[in-house]
Amino acid sequence: MTETLTGAQITVRLLERQGITTVAGIPGGAILPIYDALGQSTTIHHVLARHEQGAGFMAQGMARASGRPAVCLASSGPGATNLLTAIADAKLDSIPLVAITGQVPKAMIGTDAFQEVDTYGLSIPITKHNFLVSSVEELLEVIPAAFRIAASGRPGPVLVDIPKDVQSQAIEVSEWPEPGSAAPVAAANIAAISEAAAMINSAERPLLYLGGGVVHSGAADLAVTLAEKANLPTVMTLMALGAMPVDHPLSLGMLGMHGARATNLALDECDLLIAIGARFDDRATGKVAQFCRNARIIHIDIDRAELDKIKTAHIGITADVSEALGQLLPQVAASPRETWRDRIGELQQQFPVVVDGGDDPLSHFGLIRTVAACLDDSAIIATDVGQHQMWVAQYYPLRRARQWLTSGGLGTMGFGVPAAIGAALAEPGRTVVCFTGDGSILMNIQELVTAAEENVNVKIVLMNNATLGLVHQQQTLFYGERLFASQFKAMPDFVAVARGFGIQAVDLDRAANPCAALLDAIARPGPCLIHVSIDAEQKVYPMVPPGAANHEMIGH
Amino acid sequence: MNAINRNEQQALSRAILEIDVNNHPGVMSHVVGLFSRRARNVEGILCLPVGDGRQSRIWLLVNDDLRLPQMIRQVEKLEDVTAVRRHPPEHAVFSNLEAFFRA
Repeated sequence: MTETLTGAQITVRLLERQGITTVAGIPGGAILPIYDALGQSTTIHHVLARHEQGAGFMAQGMARASGRPAVCLASSGPGATNLLTAIADAKLDSIPLVAITGQVPKAMIGTDAFQEVDTYGLSIPITKHNFLVSSVEELLEVIPAAFRIAASGRPGPVLVDIPKDVQSQAIEVSEWPEPGSAAPVAAANIAAISEAAAMINSAERPLLYLGGGVVHSGAADLAVTLAEKANLPTVMTLMALGAMPVDHPLSLGMLGMHGARATNLALDECDLLIAIGARFDDRATGKVAQFCRNARIIHIDIDRAELDKIKTAHIGITADVSEALGQLLPQVAASPRETWRDRIGELQQQFPVVVDGGDDPLSHFGLIRTVAACLDDSAIIATDVGQHQMWVAQYYPLRRARQWLTSGGLGTMGFGVPAAIGAALAEPGRTVVCFTGDGSILMNIQELVTAAEENVNVKIVLMNNATLGLVHQQQTLFYGERLFASQFKAMPDFVAVARGFGIQAVDLDRAANPCAALLDAIARPGPCLIHVSIDAEQKVYPMVPPGAANHEMIGH
Repeated sequence: MNAINRNEQQALSRAILEIDVNNHPGVMSHVVGLFSRRARNVEGILCLPVGDGRQSRIWLLVNDDLRLPQMIRQVEKLEDVTAVRRHPPEHAVFSNLEAFFRA
C-alpha cells in the first residue's frame, strides 16, 4: 500500500518497525515535526527527560540493561550539545545508542540560525558513525543503517541529525526497508584458535581476563564454562563485573587500580593472560610495561583495532567472543592446575580483602552489603562515579551479566540516576538500585522528577560524605593533604529535595532501626531516595597510585 | 599544533595511504579527524571522485612510525571507508605535484 508520509512520520514508523517501544528526549523547535508524529504513535512511549543529558543516559540505561539499541531525542543547538556527554560515554563503553537530533532547515544551515550548531561536526569523534540527513528519501536508508551500525561488531552510538524541512517534507512510500540489525561477523581464524588452545593447555599459570565485550556478546556463560573446564582463575574489568559470579571459586574479582591486592599480584605472576573482549584500559593495567610482565598474551576482540593497541598479543584473534569461546572450548583440555590455584589461594590468604566498618549499615561497606542482603540477583545495580562506585564494584556480590550498569570509560558523574531510570523502563519487573554520591547526584538531580512521573522502581542510595570523595582522596594522598575545592561547604537537604521532586525519601541517619528502614524502602514499589551519611575520611583501598605498576598498591 | 621544525620533518619517514571512501559531505572530516585528534599531522591530502562519483579516493601523506598500523586499523573501521592501501613514500602521487607547491 502506498502512503504519503512526512519525514517525521517515516522516522517514527521506522522506529516502530525497529521494535522500539520507549524513547527518552526533550522537544524543541527543530524537532517538533518528529514530536508531532511521535505523539500519534500508539506503540512508542516517550519519556520526557528534564535535561537532554538525562535523556541520553536513560537511553543508555535501556541499552545496557537489555543489550538492544535504545533511542534518545533532542532538538538542535543546546538540545544536541546537551546530549554529547551521554553519547561520548556510550562510545567509550561500547553501548548501542541511536541519538536523533533536530536541525535547522537545510536552507538555514551555515547561517548561524537560531539554535543552530554543527551537530554533525561535534559528534564525529564521539560516535561510531553519524549522519546529516539531506533528503526525506534518505531516511528510509539512514534509520535502519543507524540501528545496524549501533548493534554491529563492537556496539556504539550513532547520531542522526535531521533538518526540520526534511522532517516536514512528504513523499510516497510503498515499500519499507528491513529493520536494521547486527551484521554477521567474520569467523575467527581456525588456526589461531587452535594455537590459542595449545598455549592455554601448556600454560602453568594462566589467567582469564574478561572485559565488557563478554557482556556485549552474551558470552558470560561460555567464559565461565571455559574457566571451569581449564581451571582458569579469572579477573574482570569494571565493565565485565557480573560476567562470572564474584563468589565463584575461580573469580578474583576486579583487576587494576582498585582491585584486590592478591588479584593484581596473581596477574604479576601469571605466565599466560587470556584477554577476552577487554581493551587493556589504563585503570586496569596500571603502568603498562609492568602489566603481566612474565606473561604471553592471547587477545580475542571483535574490534581488530584493539589488538596490539596497548599490549602486543602473541596470538591476536578478531572475532565475536561468543563464537571464539565456543570454538576454543572443545580444544582446551580439562586441567586441575592445582599448583597455580594453590598459589593464588596463598596470595589471597596473605593479602586478604580488608573491610572497614563491618556490617554497620551506616558505614560504606556495611551499607552496600545490607542493600545486597535485601535483594536477589534479579536486581539491577547502577552507580554514579566516584568512591561509592569503586566500593560497590569491590563489595557488591554481582552475579549476573547486565546486572551492573556503570560509566566505565568516560567516568561520567551524573550517569547513575538517569541510567537507572532507563534500566527500570526497559526491565519493569526488576528492582533497580542506583548507588550515588552527593557530588554525582547533583549533576542530574532534575531527573528525580522524571522518576516520579514515570513511577519507576528505582531506589537511589545516596552515600553522602559532603565531599568529592575521589578528589579528596587523591589530594590527601598525593597533594600533601592540601584539600581544595573537594569539600562542600553548603549541603542541600537531600531528603527534602527528593520529596520536593515528588519521590519518597528516607534518612537512615535518623532511623531508629536503619536496617529495617532500608529494607522497607527497598521493598516499597516506586522511586525512593535513601540517604546515608558516611565518613569523608574513608578511602577506596587498596589503590594503585597513578602511574605506578599494579603490584605497587597502597592501603590495606 | 604539531609544531615540529623543518629538520625534524625531514628526518621523519613518511608513508602514503590510499583510501577509497563513499563520496558525501563529512567523509574527509571523519578520516582526517582520526589523525588530528591523536595529535598527528597529515602532511598532504589529495581527493577526487572516482568512477560515477559515488566513490572518492583520498590520498594522504603521513608520518610513519610505530603507531601507523593502529591508525590504519582505525581508518578501516570508518563506515564510509571501503578500502585502505599503504604505499611507500616514493609513490608518484605526491611527487608529481611538487611543481604546484614551490614556496
